Amino acid sequence: MIWLSFEEFIAMGGYGTYVWGSVLVTGGALALELVLLSRRKRSALLAAAQASRRRQA
Amino acid sequence: MSGQLSHGPAAVPGAITATHAPARGRWWLQYASPQAFYGPAGVLASLLLPLSAVLAAAGLYVGFLIAPTDAQQGEAYRIIFVHVPAAWLSMVIYAAMAFWSAVGLVANTRLSAMMAGALAPTGALFTFLALWTGALWGKPTWGAWWVWDARLTSELLLLFLYLGFIALQAAIDEPRRADRAGAVLALVGTVNLPIIYFSVKWWNTLHQGASVSVASAPTIATPMLLGMLVMALAMWAYAAAAALVRLRCIILEREGQSAWVARVARGGAA
Repeated sequence: MIWLSFEEFIAMGGYGTYVWGSVLVTGGALALELVLLSRRKRSALLAAAQASRRRQA
Repeated sequence: MSGQLSHGPAAVPGAITATHAPARGRWWLQYASPQAFYGPAGVLASLLLPLSAVLAAAGLYVGFLIAPTDAQQGEAYRIIFVHVPAAWLSMVIYAAMAFWSAVGLVANTRLSAMMAGALAPTGALFTFLALWTGALWGKPTWGAWWVWDARLTSELLLLFLYLGFIALQAAIDEPRRADRAGAVLALVGTVNLPIIYFSVKWWNTLHQGASVSVASAPTIATPMLLGMLVMALAMWAYAAAAALVRLRCIILEREGQSAWVARVARGGAA
């Protein structure tokens, strides 16, 4: 462990905005992609189920 | 593709499909059918995603709690742990996309083209992240968010190639034609990959040279290197998982009229 305190860790030697702006945006973007993918999958399954019901009706 | 599956796009003569019994040693060819690969893709994604989370936790631990402060750049250098892996992935994903595009063009397999299409948005995202984190690294170290340097410009071109591929595929209604057009664009765009990679050697750039290369010993401290490599593996696993999940979406959307998708959609097995 190279940090003496939590504040020091967050400050990143004065580069906190740049460092955390990189890490958080990367993590956030990847998480958002997963959310969008799961929504896309749900709507694809829903559409297929509706199409199949229409064919049977 | 014979009778029971062909509610979707018409089968193309010569396409490799699941219904031909594969010769011995070519058992894997059965997975060239979207229906056959739908299940395995889900299994793979559900293994890769937690793997990626564990690797990311380990990589961030090493990078942010173990790796020492850089003598020249202070703590700003820690952006390396997201920037370099994201930039690598932006190129690796493009290479994978071009590979599957080529397979799709040559073997006329629908799944390969779907795979290429599934990789593109994730590749574009990693390219954006490489540029974004690069800007956040450039500002404190160079004093500028952006410079028209060879490395940055060719990476921006990569983003446009991804977006062009996505737009071109989306603009053509007939899926097989869209696949072929996208594949040609993806293949032409591969010219840009060596340009990005060697840009820091070929031109006098502001961007620093490679810290890690296959030809020579790394020029950075071990924990820095380890953190970067583990983060690269994490992003690799993530990208593969995301692409496989998207592949499953594309399969469902394109084969939505077929009996097996109807079974899956109504809660049955593939």
